[in-house]
Amino acid sequence: MPNNRKVPEINSTSTADIAFMLLIFFIVSTTMSIDAGITRKLPPIEEDKPQDQPEVKERNVFIVLINRNNDLFVENGPMDISELKEKTQEFILNPNDAENLPEKILLSKKRDQALQKKENAKAKEIQKAIDIFGDRYVTKGVVSLQNDMSTKYEAYIKVQDELMRAFNELQNQLAKEAFGKEMDELTEEEQDLVKVVFPLAISEAEPAKVGGGK
Amino acid sequence: MSKFKKKGSNELPAISTASLPDIVFMLLFFFMAATTMREVTLKIIVRMPEASEVKKLEKKSLVSYIYVGKPNKQYEKKFGSEPRIQLNDALKDIPDIGQYIASEREKRDEADIPFMTTALKVDGDTKMGIITDIKQELRKSNALKINYSTRKLIR
Repeated sequence: MPNNRKVPEINSTSTADIAFMLLIFFIVSTTMSIDAGITRKLPPIEEDKPQDQPEVKERNVFIVLINRNNDLFVENGPMDISELKEKTQEFILNPNDAENLPEKILLSKKRDQALQKKENAKAKEIQKAIDIFGDRYVTKGVVSLQNDMSTKYEAYIKVQDELMRAFNELQNQLAKEAFGKEMDELTEEEQDLVKVVFPLAISEAEPAKVGGGK
Repeated sequence: MSKFKKKGSNELPAISTASLPDIVFMLLFFFMAATTMREVTLKIIVRMPEASEVKKLEKKSLVSYIYVGKPNKQYEKKFGSEPRIQLNDALKDIPDIGQYIASEREKRDEADIPFMTTALKVDGDTKMGIITDIKQELRKSNALKINYSTRKLIR
């Protein structure tokens, strides 16, 4: 019969409904947010701390304190958070070799020190850095971040972020100079070399009561 | 104009919905690929602070989460309104963290343990005292890689 030549179409209207149902389920159960944050490494607990550790000179420590009222104090003076990044960078770079800013040390000297302590892997790493960046001065300074028991977490993260920004900017500058790329675009080994010159030297104080907290 | 009238019938042709499933499937696949299932139901309110210098957490399977914040309205009676710690689905205390880390480690391959990260999802209004305690506890269990989870702030 001429009418039967056409194959009847399968009704696909309901496929959409089924797919919609699944879609709605996935939309509801989705958390789109990508987890991101400030990554840090905690110092291991040392039970038998060596007694003969060299004292860190006062000029080599950059004290950043957030008190219980979430006010920022840097080197015992109040400071606005907007200035923190610049001050930190000034502390790390010490461009004019100021007396009150931290000492600097040549990479080659640091390498020799590592060799003396028989830290061969570290010495090798430093040598590699010298090959790429040249024998340049690196700082001995350390940022010491202190907070009170009742400091707000938000304020703490703000300061952490600002400090990270200071370091990241310096690392980025160096990466651009030496490799012509942003820090993120470098391989892990290259990133490590940049970190030899600008290590993320932020030390967090052992829990103690500071700033008149209860 | 009569040219057109001759051919067409008066009825409007039905719009074909045959491609609708295709479109919906496309969306569906997108969401399926982008989804990470919610692992826990939060019993506390966590509004994370903002930061700009963030790094993405890379291997999600190697991340264990610690949530800190004030209990939800419905749990306020039971747990009070002070910030509490949530591990998995239950509100716990600081000494439980060591055990939590140990159980998280048991779930992973031994070779992966050094790469495990602990993500702290903490409400911005929390006091640092509790964070410091958590960090001390993590140091004790030798879980040294941590990540302060934040929302992204674009400068």
